[in-house]
Formats: sequence, C-alpha cells, structure tokens
Amino acid sequence: MKPAQFLYRDPVTVAEALNLLAEHGEDARLLAGGQSLVPMLNFRLVQPAVIIDLNGIEELGNIQVTGDWFKIGSMARQAAVESHREIIRGWPLLVDALRHVAHPPIRNRGTIGGSLAHNDPAAELPAVMIALRAHMILQSATAQRTVPAESFFVSPLETALAPDELLVAIEAPVPDSSAGWGFAEISRRHGDFALAAAAVQLIPGDTARAPGARIVVTGVAERPLRVSEAENILCEGAWSAARDKAIRAAVETAVEPFEDLHAPGWYRQQAAGVMAARACQDALMRGADFAAQRDKKPGAVA
Amino acid sequence: MNGERRTVRTIINGEPFEREIEVRLLASDFIRHEAGLTGTHVGCEHGVCGACTILLDGAPVRSCLLLAVQLSSHNVETVEGLESAQNLHPLQQSFWEKHGLQCGYCTPGILMTMKAFLAENPNPSTAEIRTVLAGHLCRCTGYQQIVESVVEAAERMAQLPDGKA
Amino acid sequence: MATRFVGERIKRREDLSLLTGRATFIDDIVLPRMVHGAVLRSPHASARIHSIQTAAALALAGVHAVLTSEQLGDANSDMPLLNDDPGFIYPRTHRALAAGEVRFVGEAVAFVVADSRYVCEDALALIEVEYEVREPAVDVIAAAATGAPLVHDDTESNIACRTVNESGNTARAFEDAEVIIREVLRPERGAAQPIETRGVVADYETKTGRLTVWDTTQVPVGARTVLAEKLAMPEADITVIAPDVGGGFGVKIMLVYPEELLVPFAARMLGRPVKWIEDRQEHFLGSNHERLMVHEVTLAATRDGRLLGLSDTFYYDSGAYCPYGPINAICCQGILPGPYKIPNLRTEYLAVYTNTPIVSPYRGAGQPHGAFVMETMMNRLAGELEMDPVEVRRRNLVSPADCPYDAGTVFQNDTPLIHQDCDYPAELEKLLEALDYDAVLRTLPGLRDVGVYRGIAVAFYVEGTGIAPYEGVEVRVEPTGFVHVATGYPAQGQGHHTALAQVVAEALTVDLEQVRVQSGRTDAFAWGVGTLSSRSAVIGGTAAVLASARVRKKALELAATQLEAAVDDLELVSGCVQVKGVPGHSITLGELAAQSNPINSLEPGVEPGLRATEYHRPEGAEFSSGIHGAIVDVDIETGVPTIQKYVVVHDCGNMINPAIVEGQVLGGTAQGIGGAFYEKLVFNDQGQLLTTTFMDYLLPTAMEIPEIEIHHLDRPSTRNPLGVKGVGEGGAIGAPAVCAAAVEAALQPFGARCNAVPLSPSDILAMINNAKIG
Repeated sequence: MKPAQFLYRDPVTVAEALNLLAEHGEDARLLAGGQSLVPMLNFRLVQPAVIIDLNGIEELGNIQVTGDWFKIGSMARQAAVESHREIIRGWPLLVDALRHVAHPPIRNRGTIGGSLAHNDPAAELPAVMIALRAHMILQSATAQRTVPAESFFVSPLETALAPDELLVAIEAPVPDSSAGWGFAEISRRHGDFALAAAAVQLIPGDTARAPGARIVVTGVAERPLRVSEAENILCEGAWSAARDKAIRAAVETAVEPFEDLHAPGWYRQQAAGVMAARACQDALMRGADFAAQRDKKPGAVA
Repeated sequence: MNGERRTVRTIINGEPFEREIEVRLLASDFIRHEAGLTGTHVGCEHGVCGACTILLDGAPVRSCLLLAVQLSSHNVETVEGLESAQNLHPLQQSFWEKHGLQCGYCTPGILMTMKAFLAENPNPSTAEIRTVLAGHLCRCTGYQQIVESVVEAAERMAQLPDGKA
Repeated sequence: MATRFVGERIKRREDLSLLTGRATFIDDIVLPRMVHGAVLRSPHASARIHSIQTAAALALAGVHAVLTSEQLGDANSDMPLLNDDPGFIYPRTHRALAAGEVRFVGEAVAFVVADSRYVCEDALALIEVEYEVREPAVDVIAAAATGAPLVHDDTESNIACRTVNESGNTARAFEDAEVIIREVLRPERGAAQPIETRGVVADYETKTGRLTVWDTTQVPVGARTVLAEKLAMPEADITVIAPDVGGGFGVKIMLVYPEELLVPFAARMLGRPVKWIEDRQEHFLGSNHERLMVHEVTLAATRDGRLLGLSDTFYYDSGAYCPYGPINAICCQGILPGPYKIPNLRTEYLAVYTNTPIVSPYRGAGQPHGAFVMETMMNRLAGELEMDPVEVRRRNLVSPADCPYDAGTVFQNDTPLIHQDCDYPAELEKLLEALDYDAVLRTLPGLRDVGVYRGIAVAFYVEGTGIAPYEGVEVRVEPTGFVHVATGYPAQGQGHHTALAQVVAEALTVDLEQVRVQSGRTDAFAWGVGTLSSRSAVIGGTAAVLASARVRKKALELAATQLEAAVDDLELVSGCVQVKGVPGHSITLGELAAQSNPINSLEPGVEPGLRATEYHRPEGAEFSSGIHGAIVDVDIETGVPTIQKYVVVHDCGNMINPAIVEGQVLGGTAQGIGGAFYEKLVFNDQGQLLTTTFMDYLLPTAMEIPEIEIHHLDRPSTRNPLGVKGVGEGGAIGAPAVCAAAVEAALQPFGARCNAVPLSPSDILAMINNAKIG
C-alpha cells in the first residue's frame, strides 16, 4: 500500500499555500495532519498530482484564547488543544470529545482544521463545533469569509470550502463558566468513529435572553445535525422520564441514518436518541444554574 | 525512478541522517530501509495497528502516516535508541521480566508510546495504561502482561535518581 | 524430585533482540541487488480470464518481469492436498497463478518484479486483464443448493466433501427421548490477522544452483518439499528458513501459498534476490480465513437432564479450494461432545465450495465452533428443564473414575477422543469458586430491578493437541561445552527456544546459557511437520527429552571407561559425569564430546560425537481441556456488552514455563473474545470482501479485552515424559461460547437466543427490541 507519484510542495506562508491552491486547483490535495489523507494515499483511493504540505506554516498552528473567545489555527494539533490549559477550562466539551478521537499518536499529528475540513460523517469534532457555535474562517487568495459551523458541513467529506480556499482558523465564544455540557458516544471500540454521538452545550441565559441549548448528533446522517426540537424540549421544563423519552423521539425523528458494516440504520437512529438523552442529563448535572434559570424564564432558544 | 526527489535532513536517535529520496516515500520505509533501522515495524499502513510508532520531537506518531520529507528538521526516536550503552531502558527490562511480548512485532511501537507516556504520567493506573495501550494492536498477548510490564517499568523508573531513564 | 528449569518462569532468550530492535523479521532481510515483487489479484469472485496484457507494465521504468501462468509452465501445477477425507467428492487445490479462471476476489493472477514495492504497485495498475465475469456462489447454504453457480466447472455441485460419523444409534435415542431440543446455530470465525503479514525473500545463486528462501511459514520443512517438486530441483539444493515471525495463528501454514513459489521462481529466473512483503489489504484477500459453519443440531435427553444423543449436520464454508481438506470440520466434530458423556452421536458435515478465499485453520481450527455448539445446546437444555446450566453439566461430565473414556468421536489424524488424565468436575468446581458463582446468581434479580442486566455463564472445551505425525530434535554436545539443539518446527512468538533450552538444560544438568537452539531452518534440521495444533511442547518437547536421555546415556558409557567405573556408579551433575559421591573424579560433557571425535577413537557401530537425534511419533493426540467463565453486563439501551469478570480454568498438564503458558492462554482468549464480539468478515453478494482494513475488521484493543484470571489445574499426561498436553489454542476455543452464553443469560428476561457469533451491539439490541415487540 504505497502512494502513487505526486509533486510535493511545502509553502511556509498562507499566501504561498493559496497561490499553490489557485494554480493547481482540483489536482492538489492539502496535507494537514495526514491521519486521514495519508491512508487514502496509501490505499491509492486518491491520487492527487500535487500535495501541498501545510505543516510548515507556523502561523496556522496558533491557539489564541482572549477573553470571551478562542481562535484556533486550523493546523493546531488535536493533542495541543486537548492539553491547552485555557481550552480545558473554557471548552470542556471540546476536550472531552477529543478524548474520543482515535488514540494519542493520531491526535499528536491530527489537526483541528484537518478533521473539520475532512468532515467524516461519523467524526466528533464537527458536531462539537456546531454545539459550541463556532465559526470557520476561510481564506482564498482574494478574500476572507466567515462561515458558521452549522453551514460549513455539507455532506460526507464535503464542506463549504471552495477549491481555492483554505480553512485558516476556527473561532468560538467561551460558554459561561457554569454552563453545563455533555458528550456521549457509542463506538465499536475505544477510539473508533462514532456509530452515534451527541454533543450538548447549555447556554445559560442572562437578562436579555432565555437559557438555551445546542444538541448536535453525529454518526447518524450525512452531516452533523442540530436537533432544535430536542433543544426546545430540554429548555421547556425539568428533567423527567417523559422529557427523556421525548428527546429520544425528537432525535430519532430528525436523523436520516445511513447503514454500514458496523451498524444498520435503525441502530444508529435508536442509539442517537439514547446518546442525546444521556448527554443532556450529564449537561444538566454539570450546569447547576441552568435549571434554575430555565424554570424562571421559559422561552426562546439562544 | 521518475518521481520528484528531495533530500531529507533529520536527526534519528541523536545522530544526523541525510538521504535523497522520492517524495512519496513513507517515513516508515525511510527509517527502515534508508536509515537501516528495522526495529520499527510496519503492520497496516493505515495508522491503526501502531507497530510503526516512533517519537517525533518526543511525541508518539505513526511513521506510516508521515512522508519521509516531513522528517526534515525534526528529531526522530526509534526503539534502537531506547537503551543506553550500559543498560536496557527500564521499559525493556520490565517487558523482559514480565513476559510483555511474544512474537515481538508490535513491541517497538508500544515501547515508544510508553516511553513518552511514562514521562508525562510517572504513576499511571492500569486503566490509564490500557487507554493509551488501546492505540496498539497486539494479537499474541491479550495485553495483560503488557500492562503488567508497564506498571513495573513505572516502578523501576520511580526508583531511579532523577525518576527517568 | 526438584527441577531446576522445567516448570519455572524463566525469562525468554528470544526477548533481548526483539526488545532492542535487533530481530530479523522477513522485511528486515536485505540482500545485494534485491528487487521486489507484488501480486495482481482478481477483482472478481468468479470469472474467466480471456487475456492478460502485460506490455505496458513491462515498459515501465524499473520493472524487471511480469509473470503469468504462461511463464510458470509446469511449475504452475496444482498444490498438494494436505488432508484427505474419505468423504471427499471433489478435492480441488489451488495453483500459484490463476490459469484461465479466477474463483475468489484476491486470487493471484500475475506477479510483478520491480526495483521497489512502489514501482510494483505502479506497474500493477498498468496490467490489463480481460475478465468475463460470472455469477459467484457466496453464501454457504446457497452454494450447497442444487442449481447454484459452480465454483469449479468440472464438478456437478459445490459440495466438495460429505462425511458422516456415527457412534451408537441416534435415531433410536431420539425415539425414546423425553426431551428433544433442536437449534440452528451459526458460529463464525474470522481471520487470524497477525500484526506481521506474510512475506518471502528468495536468493538463487546461479553459479551453484542453490536456492535460499526466507519465508514466514509455520511449516518450513514441508515448504521445501513442495518447492523442490514445483521448481524441479533437488531438495538438497534448497534451504527454507523461517526467520523471526510476527505471529502465525495458523494463517501462515500452507503448502504453499502462491507467493512462496512465485518469489523463488522469479529469483531463479532473474538471477537476483527477490522480496515480496504482503500488505495488510492484500492479507485480507490473499491469506486464508476460517469462516462460517451452519449447524443443524438435535439433542435428546431425559427429564432429569441426562444426555441421550446428539445429532449435528453442518455446512462448512471451505472457500474456493480445499488444499487443507475439510480439516476444521474434522476437528469440530472430533471434539464436539466436549467433556460430556453422550452415548449416541451422529455428525454429518458438508464441506462446500464458495467463491471466497480459502478456508484453513485459525487458532482452534473448528473447535471454537464445536464448543459453541455443544455449550449452547447444554444451556438450551437447561432452559427447557428449568435447571441451572451448571447442574445440567455436572450430571453429564466424564469423571476421573470413568477414564479412560471413549467419547465416540474421532479427531484429526484418526485419533479417537479418549478422555484420560483429566478431571472435568474439578475444573468446574474451581471455576465456580473463582467466579463466586452462587453468590453472583443471587445478585442478578436485584440488579435487574435497578436496570443492570448481568449474566453469568460457563463454557467447557476439550481440545485435541499434540497431534501426529512427528517432530525430531537433535541434541549435540560440543567440545566447547555448549549444547546445540536443533529442530524442524519454527516459532512465531511461543518461546520455543526458551522452552527447549529449559528441557535440555535440565536433562543434561548444564546452565541454560550453555544451550543454544536453532529451529525452523532446513539447513539446521531437515525433518519435521511444523508449528500448529498446539503440538510443539508435546512432540518437540518429548523428542528433546528422548534425545537428551540418549546423550546422557552415551556420556555415561564413554565416561565409564575413562573413570574406570561401572555405568551404574556414575551420575551427571552440573554438566560433569562423576563417580557417585566423588566430585573430584569427573569428566565434563565437553571433554567427552572432544573424545568422541573419530580422530581419537571410533568404535564399530558407534556414531561419532556426543549427540543424538530422536523423533517422536505420538500415538494419537493429547486432549487438553478447560472451562471459561464470564460475567457480562448488557446495556439494554444500546446493546453494548461489557465483560465484568473473566476466568479461565485450564488443564494443559505440566507446564514447562508457566509465564509462556499464561501468555498463550491470555492471547488465545483475547482472540476468542474478538471472535465473540468484534471480528467479522463481511462479503457482499458478489463475493467482494467488504472488511479489508483494520477500521472495518475490528481487532479488540486493551480497552475491549478485560483482565483475565487464570487458574491452572494440571493433570499431567501419562503419555509423554514431560506430562504436557498442549496449550496454544485453548483460550480461543472457549471464549466465543462463554461470551454468547453470558449475553444470553443477561438478556434472559427478553427471551434472547444467541444462536450465532460474533455478536455486535446491533445484533444484541435487535434481540431486545424484538422481545419488547413480540
């Protein structure tokens, strides 16, 4: 399993990378962490004429946490984000989800941006970014634009990235420090892709708005799905067996599960409901204030 | 050969190593056949089995998922660099004592991962060891004697003057 | 008598080179001017080949040769049939390269040789084959039916072999029975998947006509014989060497795989060394599997749980060819009764060709299927009688007082299953104690009330080990004092060298470091069968004991003259022969070896040197046994099983090295758990294997395999001097049965029936869902 021939380019600036992309277009593939691309090269599932190695572009590896936001460069290693003190403090949902991604040697090379741009329908990070209300910053030779995570993931292995665009950073607001969160996943083995997973981020309210939540499931559809109906149910009252059942049903209805070797569609559908309910329960336990706020001010979702 | 070529300039187990190669050459093949260090093994070439794991700037990575050209200007450590001139590394000693290997094919990758792991986690629980070990497939041992070997290595290393090999 | 080495946890001598990256695995072998090979494999499960265009591939820079069946000529004759069966109807073996027909996806069609594996793969893409695709026969039951597409054109059906074995009269037993249980059970195995794939390096010296082949084979001696025949060369000009091998588990046994012939053929043709290393994806297609058996089983018993009869008709998926014969079926029915007394037994197996890769043994060789069938039927009987599954077993166990007890079946090599040197009741009691079985049972209803669905189960197995035909061991003392030991069977991680050194050092009273072992290379020892069927300690160990004993005897005889004493007055202590009780009056083994050089003396009829070669040909087989116990929780919302506790009580007789034995039990059990919950080969209806990567075919990791508690219950064999019974496969045999049974027990409130393994979470959740609906 050896790659076919290719030309190799290793730019050191974003501008250089973008020029190469513009020059080679669909003949080129971007090499980020390589944990998804290199297996495909080895299997000869892809045979690009040009490989553009992004690992030499230092500015893309930055992790910035300022006040209420993080900005993670697309080439930041998953392991670096997982062990970053401020990310651990501010975005525990992200850190917990990362621990479900494969194994440490994969995360030592794999990048946040690479995983997001690859968009495997059973990957964890895309769902988490939607739950965190993240934005993707895309750059081409001529322009920069911002795409909310919810619109970024289009279909399996396809994102909103145009052929001449590079994902340069991901930004997300820091959830309130008391905000509850939950992440639950079923996989065949530790570290495998999700058969079904749910990322839940509670968004405590304030004087201006009611508390809300994001419930995003993955592994069960063409792309990670935000299940608004489940979010409404979660926000409308205290946790109960009925509410638990309603959340499961809402998730089961929302997903369009696919079937593969590891599980049939009905299984993913059922498991997604279970994961969502469990993640919601964990989120409520963690976010002590949430229930109090919710019960004071039922209303619109954030 | 008609492929594009580059010169790799890297440091392996503390020694500089330089070779001109085809850009598509995988790092695993480079280490084994260009540098002649055959202790790192190839099991799957898609990053799952872990046999090819080396330390890149101190962090365990799959050499089968790296291009050789990506090794330039980085530090590579392989199993051949574990022992010192006088002694086996405590991990090697412990695996020997506790029967932590049978065919030995998956072993070098595990040793490299555990070297880095114990450096960060000098007193791990068996649960923590198993979580990290899960990144390595072994068909011979059923993992139990590997876990026991790592536990013993941690104890050995704790007794060393500076806590590390 | 106290032993010095045998029975001790001696550190393995194999480990130092393995731990320091200094071992020599097949891909570590590098020779001057060496080139590389790759195999073009069929993308179709059934097709006729109309043409193969190789010109474009040959024209690629760096390509040295492209071989098809045409170039091989007479070398491409059918491979030998390894196991005949009186029930064979259509024995069919494979060839090195397909000639006109392909019969499974992955079958070798052409062989490319080029400067590097990278260039080989470039060249493979340039070979054009014109296939006429035909409808394949994939499912074993469908393939057995009349009118199914034929895997072999020159047959009238895909049923390769039909064999009936009977003891007693099951028809009559079923007539009178108070209780009859009928089930259809579908145990499936998978693929061995050692972490090292296969590989071959061949070096043909044109000047001398000598061929050296390094090969990841478990059977080097047999490989040499086949190569000699196919290459039309004297065996004496061929050396086959198994280097360090990264796991075998049965998949590295074939006589021979295509590449084992293609590589030497190419080396001879090109006059330069050739290396072929299998990659993981091709290992899934080009190396053998062990797969599905569909068992239609009927069990007859009395109301108080005593077995009257068992009838099992099963279909055995053979793959596209049957070079190994229906060996897994033979082994399955051979141990089917397990440790139970079943007075009337009938088995019928139909080995069926399908357009899929060849089926041959993988650790257990059909015995995991057999244990699954028998243990599941015992649990169903218990359910029917509302009796505890342990009690049902107790009532039917062969006990020591019954031994020797002929179980009524015949294992491979025509060996009847005769229970002896065993104590199944003691194994059961020990397991129950280790599991705290009764106490755990009492907790189960309460746990269910709080939503914890826990099951506890046990599963016995009896396995045939130490099978014929033979092995040989040479023990030779050198004038240096070193003791050289050589044998024909190689190792793939079992620590054979350590074990043999322990046996010989003990026998000759020398230090372990004095003993040097060579194995698996025909230039060191040219006779042997190979490493399989848990036989090395039994047969090789016995041969080593016999050879050492003869060396000892000769040493005493030689010394008697020197020391002017009678042989009976002499003893061997610390490698010296001395007059009993007179340490000063002695002569070392090394000195005796020097003196036995014909330069010094040569008595008529006396072989020179202080050495002996002994061959051991056992009568029949040994039978090891064990019982697995598992406590498993099932998450009823997701179907995910979690093993809470796993205990193995096993009896392999004496243990040469307990650490090695435990490693074998742990590793085997892990592979068995893999087969219970994770590993499944999946074909689509066109015969395409869908599981060809480690992301699709799931090997369990350290997070899926629990801690396993082992208890040794050793009833030494009385049939070999070491008292050993073989241990390599047992762990894999009991695990699928006990895992399925524990899940079934956990889901008893849902009336779940685990009639198949492996069990995925969706399989388990389906059982729960169906119960809720139904």
